[in-house]
Amino acid sequence: MQDQPPGDEALSVVALRAEKTSETPAKDWSAMLAELAISRDRQLFIRLFRHFSPRIKGYIMKLGLTEATAEELTQEAMLSVWRKTHLYDPSKAAASTWIYTLARNLSIDWMRKQKYPEYDLDSWHEEAGEPAVLELAEQAVMSDQVAMAIRQLPDNQAQVIIMSFYEGRSHSEIADRLSIPLGSVKSRIRLASEKLKQALRGNHDH
Amino acid sequence: MTINHHLDEATLFSYVAGALAQGPALVVASHLTMCDRCRRRCRELEAVGGALLENTALAAVSDSTLASVLDRLDQNVIPEAVARPASVANSEIPAPLASYVGDSLEDLSWKKLVPGVWVHDLPSQGKGMTRLLRVAPGKAALPHSHRGSELTLLLRGSYSDEVGRFSTGDIADLDDQITHQPLVDSDHDCICLIATEYPLRYTTLFGKIAQPLFGF
Repeated sequence: MQDQPPGDEALSVVALRAEKTSETPAKDWSAMLAELAISRDRQLFIRLFRHFSPRIKGYIMKLGLTEATAEELTQEAMLSVWRKTHLYDPSKAAASTWIYTLARNLSIDWMRKQKYPEYDLDSWHEEAGEPAVLELAEQAVMSDQVAMAIRQLPDNQAQVIIMSFYEGRSHSEIADRLSIPLGSVKSRIRLASEKLKQALRGNHDH
Repeated sequence: MTINHHLDEATLFSYVAGALAQGPALVVASHLTMCDRCRRRCRELEAVGGALLENTALAAVSDSTLASVLDRLDQNVIPEAVARPASVANSEIPAPLASYVGDSLEDLSWKKLVPGVWVHDLPSQGKGMTRLLRVAPGKAALPHSHRGSELTLLLRGSYSDEVGRFSTGDIADLDDQITHQPLVDSDHDCICLIATEYPLRYTTLFGKIAQPLFGF
């Protein structure tokens, strides 16, 4: 387990994957989450909890919140997972994607005491006919590829992605902290974002 | 609805990362309800977010935490009130905006800035502003530039400026390099939702004098 203060070395946040050994593939997490909606099986929930709660807590602490708050929000996030599983559609998103948006919204709502504007979190299941974002068969591979893509980003791009994604900083804030123009922050994020999406699609080598 | 102007990739990334201030996030979420293409891009970035969560450095969660969560699983929860009234039927007001303005743009208290230009301010946090701007046909907003970003979503009507022509559903995602003066070219009022990170910089003497007087 790592327990690091926010704002530490950029690449340490994605350095963990290689150390893991035999783990449930992410594809199964999505299937398990979908199954949870039907079975309401506590053992299943416990497995999901053991996998996702340390990640949620790690993510929330990266955002700069205290451990106590991160602990509390992690509990809330996992309770939301239990209560909202009926809204989860595995053909639309991986379990990690859905849980990420839950954890993100809870954290922001807590920080701002104001609800983060959502476009449709409560209606993931209502968009029948909208094609799945991705072929989700290779979730585990996909996560690895995105992690690898981050490590392969030039330092100046990795830095803005970490500051934006893990620390929740706005473009202007990043520009101020790095003493670079706003336009440079945006162009670095644009370049990095395209590379991460390519990794997600599994064609970063082409 | 044909949408020609979309969100900048960097803006969308920050929205997904939860790194946009409240006002800009409201404009982005509103555009996403109107634009299939950007919604699709957003879903893809959320999948990147999921992959990043999957790879986040772990923080220990104790068994007692698990136990207390398990204890709460069976608690009855009062479902959240769904704050999306008639707005869903009224396609002019995107659902995320409805909790701020209700279901009619006509019933709002519009404050007149200059002849043919009205504003309705929305509560916002931080230094920037979030507002609805209503401009009559043939009228123009004052020329201005910005210190940070300016996000504008067209809810009704259309305008043209140095960047291009914008109509309902389009988003103008401008950074600090642009000075522009939007001129309304629809035959009815143009209404847009605008969020800026910082107060605008007016580039004409009139604008500089009028700004403190009218508070815009």
